Amino acid sequence: MGFPDRIERTVELAQPPDKVWPALTTAEGLASWFGNEATIDLRPGGRAWMRWTDGPTVDMRVERVEEPAIFGFTWPIYGLPEDDPRRTYVEFTLEPAGAGTRLRVVETGFAQLPEDVFRKAYDGNTQGWASELAELVAYLDAA
Amino acid sequence: MPPDVRALAEPDVEAIAEQVFTALADPSRRAILAALASGGPATATDLAAGLPITRQAIAKHLALLAEAGLVWPEPGERRRVRYRLRSEPMRVAQQFLAALARDWDSPLDALKDHLDRSDRQPAATPLRETRGHDG
Repeated sequence: MGFPDRIERTVELAQPPDKVWPALTTAEGLASWFGNEATIDLRPGGRAWMRWTDGPTVDMRVERVEEPAIFGFTWPIYGLPEDDPRRTYVEFTLEPAGAGTRLRVVETGFAQLPEDVFRKAYDGNTQGWASELAELVAYLDAA
Repeated sequence: MPPDVRALAEPDVEAIAEQVFTALADPSRRAILAALASGGPATATDLAAGLPITRQAIAKHLALLAEAGLVWPEPGERRRVRYRLRSEPMRVAQQFLAALARDWDSPLDALKDHLDRSDRQPAATPLRETRGHDG
């Protein structure tokens, strides 16, 4: 199967989880390695965003906060329109490894099927546009 | 709770993506899709008028694009078939590309650098005691 639903990376860090955690979960931390600017409301359901200089601003939604072991959030899927409701889920897992941390990041949801959500929206839109445009044509014809 | 993320893609998703990439690999088909995207639904004859491709070749490409679900044939005037762009398969392919484009390696390298740099600098606030694991 060549269709990736999931991206997974593990990195060994020299610092213990207590030091890695703030780098992942504070505005200051996120802005120093990930984005250029960031804000975060660190609680499940909390809003966060990151902004890149000369780049996009990405809205995130905090999903899991289990200090200092698990931090999860969702964010938009790169390449889709801004108002597209589909998002991927990113989860950082911090595990003590010697004096440092084994940090695992798993991003899932790339292969989420459009069938349930999207087909309805798409078919609805297709029909909607057809009737809207037909109405516009009728309106213009009548004028 | 994390959102309910579906497990692996069903086989037809990959087939859809593959058809999209095959369709887009040909410059004439890209031109046809671009014309439908910018100009709206059109017949093979309409498309032939605006593109440097014969009507016969266009009809052949349109059949392939319809097979891939990228265009939708609908009845037009005088019993001619009009083709409408259908973006849904593109979205499936787009998610494939998104997974390839999401680059975690650079940010993780940056995180490593960031932590190593802050390690060398005196901390602004006292750090909590670290866990007592030995190498």
